[in-house]
Amino acid sequence: MSETELALEHQRADEKTVFGFWVYIMTDCVLFASLFATFAVLRGNTYGGPDGRELFSMPFVLAETLILLTSSFTAGLAMLAAHAGKRKSVLVWFALTFLLGVAFLSMELTEFAHLAAEGNSWQRSGFLSSFFTLVATHGLHITTGLLWMVVLMWQVAQKGLVNPAVRRLTLLSLFWHFLDIVWIFIFTIVYLWGAM
Amino acid sequence: MKQEGNLRSYVIGFVLSIVLTLAAYALVVNHLFSLQLALSIIAGLAIVQFMVQMLFFLHLGHEAHPRWKLVVAVFMVIVVVILVFGSLWIMNNLNYRMSPTDMNNYLRGQDGI
Repeated sequence: MSETELALEHQRADEKTVFGFWVYIMTDCVLFASLFATFAVLRGNTYGGPDGRELFSMPFVLAETLILLTSSFTAGLAMLAAHAGKRKSVLVWFALTFLLGVAFLSMELTEFAHLAAEGNSWQRSGFLSSFFTLVATHGLHITTGLLWMVVLMWQVAQKGLVNPAVRRLTLLSLFWHFLDIVWIFIFTIVYLWGAM
Repeated sequence: MKQEGNLRSYVIGFVLSIVLTLAAYALVVNHLFSLQLALSIIAGLAIVQFMVQMLFFLHLGHEAHPRWKLVVAVFMVIVVVILVFGSLWIMNNLNYRMSPTDMNNYLRGQDGI
């Protein structure tokens, strides 16, 4: 096999990997859909406890949303840098994405801790059980994404923008954009609808 | 390769997403419309933002034929819609049938009772 044929073969293999990961992401959407359905059914079942209007601080949630949205954007910029072969920019943009992700996650955990401290944990009502399950599942995905980001940044720093790393960065960026898309619906269905 | 997108597409996607998020937020916080109308509008804004991010961040439109990614995505949307609206439909119906007042009203409305 000649050099170019070999390169083409690798590219095809990469495309297959990306497509396989895409199928995983779409399946993950179905997992979230079942949690959204559960939440939508149980959101009125407060068992005499507080509902969304009393519990959610809207400016706080808006800040969370904008932080995650910005991190999705910076992940996109990191990928542009990766395809242009600029290692330093890749590391800078992913570091920024990582910090924004950490900020988002700490805000979410602050909200959870605040709710639990006031006696409104997942044990309080059906509404809160489904709220914690849905939002924490998203948070768990974010945590996984952050760990993955650290590992890949270390790989890029060590080995440079060579192929397994760039392909993995592509998958990570898909994952990260997907998490922001899920958050659009959490923001709308859980928080905006809850505040009405 | 087109599939990777460019700076322009990310910037457009980012700006549109911010505008859509702020619009939905302002509408709810300022109680601009009646509950039913406001709910429809924020649902519409969320769906538009979903499409914006699928196109500009995930570059769904720039795929070479055959468009397997699109096929899987459309299938996902169908499953999600059936799952969410099916659950709501079934549970509301069940709620209705198990509530004594609603059931009595329903029975009174029937002929011969």
